[in-house]
Amino acid sequence: MAASSVTYNTPCAACKFLRRKCVPVCIFAPYFPPEEPQKFANVHKIFGASNVTKLLNELLPHQREDAVNSLAYEAEARVRDPVYGCVGAISFLQMQVERLQEELDAANADLIRYASGRYPHQQNVSGASLPATINAVPIQGSTSHYSSRAPRQMRPNESMIRGGMTYYPSPASNFLLPWNDDNASGRGGDGGI
Amino acid sequence: MTSKSTRSRCAACKYLRRRCSPDCIFSPYFPSDNPQRFSCVHRLYGASNVGKMLQKLPVHLRAEAANSLYFEAHSRQEDPVYGCVGIITNLHEEIHGVEIELARIQAHIGIHRQSNNSEDGETSQSGHGPLQQ
Repeated sequence: MAASSVTYNTPCAACKFLRRKCVPVCIFAPYFPPEEPQKFANVHKIFGASNVTKLLNELLPHQREDAVNSLAYEAEARVRDPVYGCVGAISFLQMQVERLQEELDAANADLIRYASGRYPHQQNVSGASLPATINAVPIQGSTSHYSSRAPRQMRPNESMIRGGMTYYPSPASNFLLPWNDDNASGRGGDGGI
Repeated sequence: MTSKSTRSRCAACKYLRRRCSPDCIFSPYFPSDNPQRFSCVHRLYGASNVGKMLQKLPVHLRAEAANSLYFEAHSRQEDPVYGCVGIITNLHEEIHGVEIELARIQAHIGIHRQSNNSEDGETSQSGHGPLQQ
């Protein structure tokens, strides 16, 4: 009995969805495996197959996987939150940054007081005036470094958004990046989409 | 003398070269004075997807949706690989950095508090003056 030498390639999730033949040079096949049908379904729903094709064709091959994964992330966020998409997550994270920065500023101020001998919650019994200059311990890597790291022109409450609207988080927003497990553990506020 | 209403087309209908009807789904959110806004959104999502997304939302939420769609599209234009997911990554890193710094400062404060407490303890044990004898 002769065994068939013909191999049938399983179509990628995109070609299955689009009900077309999955050719060997299919641009979607490396990034939309048949085991993850929802990934392409979301991307197709939000962006459309032809827009994704154009976008991928404009990128170098080594950039495409990350591009597809970020599009899939945005698409899923938009499916879960049709009003804000992943912009809701950005707003939430920005508020976290601001809150932590305030805490850091307060902690730095406390540390200066401790270092200079002015303890918080302790009255100055003698009533003597405080020294004009504080001989503070210099604090390494303090506040201003962190406040400028995020690209300010991309913050959603900047004037590039018409009307200067501020975005508020959606309860469904979760921030785990699916291709970067380093972000998954040990950080407050992380979750999975 | 007949008067025709010369309502200007919205940016979307100008881009799509079609008549802008009075109930055009795009016109409240893509005014004609900002053509770049619609072309940016169109490039990533396509007009039909944007129209469908807006159509599915209640009217009072459509402006916010249009703004967030524009934000994402603009981010993708600036960063074709990561789009606004790159911003999320940066923010995560920023949060992580600030948390580390905060923990470091709080540890320093803890050390100062401990040394203050032990100094206060020594002062109370050593006695307050000659009358003690």
